[in-house]
Amino acid sequence: MIPDYLAEFFGNKFIGYLIAAALPLFLWILPYALYAVYAERKVSAFMQDRIGPNRVGPKGLFQTIADILKLIQKEDIVPASADKPLFVMAPYVIFAGTFAAFAALPFSSIYIGSNINLGVFYIMAVSSFSVVGILMAGWAGNNKYSLYGAMRSVAQIVSYEVPALLAIVSAVMVIGSLNLNEISEMQTAYFWNWWIFGGPVVGIKKFLLIIPMTIAFIIFFIASLAEVNRTPFDIPEAESELVAGFHTEYTGMKFAMFFLAEYGNMFVVSAISVSIFFGGWQSPFGYLGNSLGISWLIPVEQVFWFLFKGSLLVLVQMWLRWTLPRLRVDQLMTVCWKYLTPYAFINLVLIGIITLF
Amino acid sequence: MIEQYIPLILAILIALLFSLFLLKASSWFGPQRPNPEKLSTYESGMEPVRTARERFSVKFYIVAIMFIIFDIEVVFLYPWAVNLKNLIDLMGFFIIAEMFIFIIILLAGYLYLLKKGALKWD
Repeated sequence: MIPDYLAEFFGNKFIGYLIAAALPLFLWILPYALYAVYAERKVSAFMQDRIGPNRVGPKGLFQTIADILKLIQKEDIVPASADKPLFVMAPYVIFAGTFAAFAALPFSSIYIGSNINLGVFYIMAVSSFSVVGILMAGWAGNNKYSLYGAMRSVAQIVSYEVPALLAIVSAVMVIGSLNLNEISEMQTAYFWNWWIFGGPVVGIKKFLLIIPMTIAFIIFFIASLAEVNRTPFDIPEAESELVAGFHTEYTGMKFAMFFLAEYGNMFVVSAISVSIFFGGWQSPFGYLGNSLGISWLIPVEQVFWFLFKGSLLVLVQMWLRWTLPRLRVDQLMTVCWKYLTPYAFINLVLIGIITLF
Repeated sequence: MIEQYIPLILAILIALLFSLFLLKASSWFGPQRPNPEKLSTYESGMEPVRTARERFSVKFYIVAIMFIIFDIEVVFLYPWAVNLKNLIDLMGFFIIAEMFIFIIILLAGYLYLLKKGALKWD
């Protein structure tokens, strides 16, 4: 494990853990967020038959870096009628909630920020921390658009939390563990051992599990789209009616923090789906390091597979954003409470019965 | 075991420090020239009428209440779900039936909400 190794290297546990906890921020979140924004713009351009950013650097690759440099030079405005402490605190709360989730993600068999037994539960808990930040931001701005955006956003996130948690719990019933590293380890060898394909279970049970597990994944995926406020659930930021939703009053770097947190959250929810349903850091077809006999290559490949699968799901989220129209608020609530939640319960009962075999 | 939670606290601290750094950077590089127009509430060019912090629809409260009920139920499901395999070996079908009864009781409440029209948003 890298945290222990670093602790040994520096001769001090605290410094080791500190560096290990900071690793995902500088090695993954920042580069990922920069290129996810770029990818989003390129994907939307591709879908709408445009070119997209193409001026800054080759094929516009440095566009988001230029954007960040521009945002950093912008004036930081706090509206006169705003609730100042809440207004200033909101970006911190949202970013801390997003980043805290990264500390429990298993990037590889040797790197996980903290190998806690409650991994899944912890991530679901801290990532819904952003609800508090959103409500703070919306309330503090003293702007009608912000407040409406925040209210809708909170109602939506809080509602879709229920089917998301139910889908995860029905998967956990078969898995029997909440430790993300352990869950990834179980789905070893080939892709048919991933939980979405019934997991490393033998016999008829495996085939019976495929359909309920797929349903659980679909429910979780839809609910997670709503939790990160992505289209078709982007009512909170419906730019045609609410300007920019809960962050209408934010400028400069504060606005960029919300953006960073949004893209961070997109990866966190994808990473949970990947770890639970798609084998986590496991390669779908054996390791190159194994066949070449180079043992240090295996963890590197694992990091690659984890990030690759996670990014692929992020790409699906972008694809959906530029394909589907937005839902109305009442449709949104109907989908959650009248369809997803009962289906998740039925799925839970179904998996419960299958576990008896 | 408690030691495992130290990195999580450190991660939150790092996040706070990092965001502090970014936000400070914008105050180092950015101008500070406030004026009353700039500091007024943005409402697409209109003069804001009254404050935004007024009463809002009661439906949001209902959603919050429903969330609390169902979320607590799901939280109760977690310890049961994690130990399900061991529990089935110990007690067999009984342990599943027990939880199904718990879910059915909540579903009765859910049906009541549905009939009452708590889920209607128009």
